[in-house]
Amino acid sequence: MKIDPAKLALYGGILVIGLLAPIMFPNYTLQLAVLWVMILFALTWDVMGGQMGYNSLGNIFFFGAGMYASAIVQIGLYYDVGLYTAARGAVKVSFTSDQYYTGLFLGIIAAGLVCIVFAVMLGWVVFGLRGPYFAIGTLGVALAAGELVASWGYVGGGGGISMPVYPGEPDDRSIFFYLLCFVLAVFTFLVLRRVYSGRFGLAVNAIRDDEEKAEAMGLHTKRYKTVGWSISAFFLGMSGAVFGNMIGFIEPLEVAFPTVTFGIFMVVMSLLGGKGTLWGPVIGATLFHAFKEITWTYMLGWQWVALGTLIVVLVVFFQQGIMGWVMEKWPEKFGIVIDEEAAAVAPDLDGSAARREAAK
Amino acid sequence: MTNLIEVEKVSKAFGGIVANSEISLNVPEGRITGLIGPNGSGKTTLFNSIVGYHPVDSGSIRFEGKEITQMKVQQIARLGLLRTFQQTRIYSGLNCIDNLLISEPHRSATYMGMLMRYPAEAREKAERMLDFVGLYQKRRLISGELSFGQQKLLEFAMALMNEPKVLLLDEPTAGINPTLINGLIDRLKRAATELGITLFVIEHNMPVIMSLADNIYCLANGKMLAHGAPDEIRNDRRVIEAYLGGHYEAENA
Repeated sequence: MKIDPAKLALYGGILVIGLLAPIMFPNYTLQLAVLWVMILFALTWDVMGGQMGYNSLGNIFFFGAGMYASAIVQIGLYYDVGLYTAARGAVKVSFTSDQYYTGLFLGIIAAGLVCIVFAVMLGWVVFGLRGPYFAIGTLGVALAAGELVASWGYVGGGGGISMPVYPGEPDDRSIFFYLLCFVLAVFTFLVLRRVYSGRFGLAVNAIRDDEEKAEAMGLHTKRYKTVGWSISAFFLGMSGAVFGNMIGFIEPLEVAFPTVTFGIFMVVMSLLGGKGTLWGPVIGATLFHAFKEITWTYMLGWQWVALGTLIVVLVVFFQQGIMGWVMEKWPEKFGIVIDEEAAAVAPDLDGSAARREAAK
Repeated sequence: MTNLIEVEKVSKAFGGIVANSEISLNVPEGRITGLIGPNGSGKTTLFNSIVGYHPVDSGSIRFEGKEITQMKVQQIARLGLLRTFQQTRIYSGLNCIDNLLISEPHRSATYMGMLMRYPAEAREKAERMLDFVGLYQKRRLISGELSFGQQKLLEFAMALMNEPKVLLLDEPTAGINPTLINGLIDRLKRAATELGITLFVIEHNMPVIMSLADNIYCLANGKMLAHGAPDEIRNDRRVIEAYLGGHYEAENA
């Protein structure tokens, strides 16, 4: 296989920076971990919102669902969840190191799988909606889920759950979760890069451009929509599991189903970077996270105004995003060219001439 | 000679407007069948009924002897009964090659295959089809930036890529520059003879349909008016009246 040196440098550079970052900036390890979660948010939102043209405002539902699924698995493996949570006694328990890692591993896997099941079930309902109705329908799902969990006593209701405590040094803890977030985001990127380069990528783009035409051509549109939604849900669910453990305490409205913060951020990040592109969400999430941290640090009190201004500017003046703009500016760099030298050979309609040639 | 499509007494009304009233027709295998009629005579409605775009009020439609009246658009398309649109529809954000790749037949699509890349043969076939319609040089351009006529050719290539048994073409030459029309007719004929695709064509351009089709149906006001070989249709008094109004006869009397 031929390896492009530019690509090798790019991927190698990201890998090295990603692995060295917590050592270079030890005070910012958790901030950097959140950055990788943000990149994962933008990447998974873009599967539906950018590549398929189904703007979901409720993807955060899978984040929270995964978080709670992993909490139930991690605690439920060894104790009764209902007794553990504040609602009925809040018994003091402790987890051994083995129990912690086993629970965490199984919890993350379970979070991903549960979210696939949710995605398939929800898909039956919301894929009947198009355009703005899909956006509002999914938003409703996320908001309702937060309220429902808040009134579910078994998982602690609005009081939330304290996650099992990491069995080790605090510094190791932040590096451990940083690496989990990093690996998860990189894995998400690689899986998406792979499926975008094949049938899935073209099919979801076709659905975005003209779903009715795709149906008339016999494309399995419903299958592709369900699979796309499930891929998003799988990775979002796992990120929720990791994030919940990283924060250490989960509750429904602010941590698990933060529709108006993370739920909106994932949309803004994809738009900023350029929706419908592979790298756009990565670039958008990185810049957005930096922008957010700077305004939260130096413009405290005005940070929401700054954020709102950014959104307005994006939507009004810069809809194509950074990658979209780059592709408009230098289309030939992306292989969009007229092939002047293409030989005007006699068309070989059914391949018979090619077969005759091969038979010689 | 077998009939691939058999339409029997199909009626379709939208509210009080009867678009199709007890239409019966047959599309024989391996031939080019034409469908003509003045504007609003129900041609496109009939196409939509055949491909399952909307339910019919009464009557039945069979494809290869199989009842398809109740089937959905995608199921019918996967059987090999495909249509192109009057207002050309392509995937405007994709380049020409990708437009063709995504149009490969979906009959035996599997879940695993959905996540796979395209085999080299699919790419070669896509390039052959683009070459066939004369768009090979533009294969890497975003299709939304092609001219209308080129988009029409692209849509035709996409339909061929799908390997249909029958292709329903809704005004294939509308909006195409006159010098290109001959090339298109030639390609339509070759699709029928070399690829064995049965064609069923709506067309307003009379010289085109007369030179293209073996047999022609004529609709008027939602009813079947006439059926016959091109020469019979050309000289059929009812057809002439339907197109030009009753005055035609009076003026020529």
